[in-house]
Amino acid sequence: MATLLEMRDITKEFPGVKALDQVNLKVEEGEIHALVGENGAGKSTLMKVLSGVYPHGSYDGDILFDGEVQHFRNIRDSETRGIIIIHQELALIPLLSVAENIFLGNERARGGVIDWRETERRARQLLDRVGLNESARAIVADLGLGKQQMVEIAKALSKDVRLLILDEPTSSLNEQDSAKLLALLKEFRRQGVTSILISHKLNEISQVADTITVLRDGSAVARLDCSDGISEDDIIRDMVGRALDDRYPPRKPRIKDEIAMEVSDWTVHHPVQTERAVVRNVSFHVRRGEVLGIAGLMGAGRTELAMSLFGRSWGRDISGTARINGTVADLSTVRSAINAGLAYATEDRKTYGLVLDDSIRSNVPLAKLDAIADGMVVNRRREAEVAERYRDRLAIKSSSIEQETVNLSGGNQQKVVLSKWLFADPDILILDEPTRGIDVGAKYEIYTVIRDLAAAGKSIIVISSEMPELLGITDRLYVMNEGRFVAEMATAEASQEKIMACIIRSGERQQ
Amino acid sequence: MSHVVDSTAEKPAGEQARASWRFLKNHLREYGILFALIAIMAFFQIATGGILLKPVNLTNLVLQNSYIVIMAIGMLLVIVAGHIDLSVGSVLGFTGALAAVMIVNWDVHYLIAGALCLVVGALIGAAQGFWVAYFRIPSFIVTLAGMLVFKGLTLWLLAGQSVGPLPPQFQLIASGFVPDLFAMEGFNLMSFLIGLAVATGLVLLALRTRVAQAKTGTLEEPFAFFAAKTAIIFIGISWMSWLMADFRGLPNVFIVMALLIAVYSFVTSRTTTGRRIYAIGGNEKAATLSGINSKRLVFLTFANMGMLAALAGLVFAARLNTATPKAGATFELDVIAAVFIGGASMAGGVGTVVGAVVGAFIMGVMNNGMSILGIGIDYQQVIKGLVLLAAVIFDVMNKKKG
Repeated sequence: MATLLEMRDITKEFPGVKALDQVNLKVEEGEIHALVGENGAGKSTLMKVLSGVYPHGSYDGDILFDGEVQHFRNIRDSETRGIIIIHQELALIPLLSVAENIFLGNERARGGVIDWRETERRARQLLDRVGLNESARAIVADLGLGKQQMVEIAKALSKDVRLLILDEPTSSLNEQDSAKLLALLKEFRRQGVTSILISHKLNEISQVADTITVLRDGSAVARLDCSDGISEDDIIRDMVGRALDDRYPPRKPRIKDEIAMEVSDWTVHHPVQTERAVVRNVSFHVRRGEVLGIAGLMGAGRTELAMSLFGRSWGRDISGTARINGTVADLSTVRSAINAGLAYATEDRKTYGLVLDDSIRSNVPLAKLDAIADGMVVNRRREAEVAERYRDRLAIKSSSIEQETVNLSGGNQQKVVLSKWLFADPDILILDEPTRGIDVGAKYEIYTVIRDLAAAGKSIIVISSEMPELLGITDRLYVMNEGRFVAEMATAEASQEKIMACIIRSGERQQ
Repeated sequence: MSHVVDSTAEKPAGEQARASWRFLKNHLREYGILFALIAIMAFFQIATGGILLKPVNLTNLVLQNSYIVIMAIGMLLVIVAGHIDLSVGSVLGFTGALAAVMIVNWDVHYLIAGALCLVVGALIGAAQGFWVAYFRIPSFIVTLAGMLVFKGLTLWLLAGQSVGPLPPQFQLIASGFVPDLFAMEGFNLMSFLIGLAVATGLVLLALRTRVAQAKTGTLEEPFAFFAAKTAIIFIGISWMSWLMADFRGLPNVFIVMALLIAVYSFVTSRTTTGRRIYAIGGNEKAATLSGINSKRLVFLTFANMGMLAALAGLVFAARLNTATPKAGATFELDVIAAVFIGGASMAGGVGTVVGAVVGAFIMGVMNNGMSILGIGIDYQQVIKGLVLLAAVIFDVMNKKKG
């Protein structure tokens, strides 16, 4: 087999972070090449370099395609060479037809006038090729996710694809659709189309992949040949194999016996696809002074669990009970949840956390405005004092409390969100991906805040996709997968391998 | 030097002027609109040969624009919350018609009729706000529907005819003046004193704020700038009230307007409710996740808008001394234009009551000035449109730069 793609010594730096460090990736013609790694290992960055999202010159290293060095300036450049990416978030226009979507930007037209007969004829051929038995005139929004995925692939095929890259293609598909998709990949291999498959589902990878490249912390740490018989354990070890050093502040847990919050049989349905349960019969508890972790992959239902608890901010048909300090808590609105002593700091600070155009001063007291007001009237001096206090306490780097939060760095924005919830003074604080996208120094500071809160008798629930982080700062862990809590363990007895194994086994049990 | 409250006051004069200039450049967005109003007034004062600021014309200017100003205050809240209300012109017409029909045809006492109209206005606003807030129907569409509905209902209520005249006591809302307790010949001293008191009050408030800022260390404004700004406001208001006192005094509606401006400025800038409305407009999701009941606040914002539109309807009917089916047509556009000229953002979360009021007066002075100059209605529309566009472009460019 000839080498189709070779990426040599790719290094990509963002301000303060080395996202990729001399990564080598070699894909042979006609194979299915799997790319695996934890969230944040650099998979997407690597694919963005390959597809020209990060143009030539913004990274170091060479891309060879068909043996020639390539200088992609944008996605269009890479697409003309036949490199097509299908993202996890599908890029279809929901209200257009299947055929219109397939040829979007690539219309079958003569002199600007679309030839509909030719469009539908070609679309039909492509749909047959991906095994989709739908009319080319069907509206995309009316199709299920599995079929939409197939439309995306048909769209890729319409561009004479040579290298098809699928980013987590089965993460939102059910078992049947996933199986179909994998079978299609095998069929493509027979036809000579090369694919790169990015996936967390190691059982799928071991089914179809010929070669596996494992990324960890921006480096390619292993290249495994599947003809040698690779076990999932081998892959997991390569994915997570790193030593924990002192990236976490030392702490002596002082966990009290009292249970701060106890949730039982919590079930939440998707707000649109109402028959789909996204959180299923989840039961857990957290003690005072305890830092509790919820591990799992993206899409496991952790954010949905947290937001549904916090004033039913997500989902519908929510059932189950939540007790706070022994009594059933009213969590029906955000206000009542806050009053019950619960707080939730979002994973998406720009969309859900901050009023970006407003200053630190007006963001910090937002969840507890009454505390800086005399009756209805805001006491501006007290407001400024509060903002200053938290700016000092969390070391928010800014010109003053009047600085607009939109101009702060990610880490400092996160600290403003934290300040808001610290000022609201909850008993139980849920932190969703509290260190996503922020640098190591700021992470340490946030870990310190979490430690101090727990020492002060608060209960902290940390949702994180970074397993080392959970292992470094929590006392006890739940593992969540596909809407369920599939394991509970003391952090002292946990390891990344153990957590990964729980996730994968639970996934297989359900199949 | 660090112990002096007004540390900036000790710098030499040249330094003061430079600091003031820098400050003005950085805060052009806030003050630009005020300077624009002053410049436009100065221009028309000269171009009309001094007619613009003649006591009688100045009084007229206030009366002519009172209903736009009243509605602009409500619209400011709606736009800050991230919405729009296109129905205000029709609601104004409808409530004015309702008042006239109640008073003239049904012999309802004018006070009761007026109070009922305010309630009806609030209910109309609430009905529209209900769909916007709780069912997430875009406000543009809900209020577009409301605009058509109430335009139609006005026609129906008046049976296509004008209803009037209204009792003299009712007309006093719009055409009455503050009574002069001093009974001076040809000069309403009471009015002048009220004007002086308001101006003095504003100066005291500004001083208090400055002292508080100095205490918390958030003082940014150079002293020279502060002094100049405060002096301009003091002299401006005193002078205007002197001019109006020289005619018949302060119009009643001016007092109503001043009270509304004061109350709503306070509510928007100093109360928790105001803060919450700005937060909703800035980022509704984040506000909701901070425990703010954004649905209820949006609902109340629309109810408030309806009530103010009804108040404007009463003023307008009282001013014309009759209710006509045409009343209020296209007023919504003037009101919305005033709010945007005043620096509010289409996306929500930004804008001030004072800005909206100044915006309304910019439109008003231009209308008035151009009419005095005898410029045709055709050119007037073009010029007003261009001014609106220029104001918003200026605002957007300024924001990008900062």
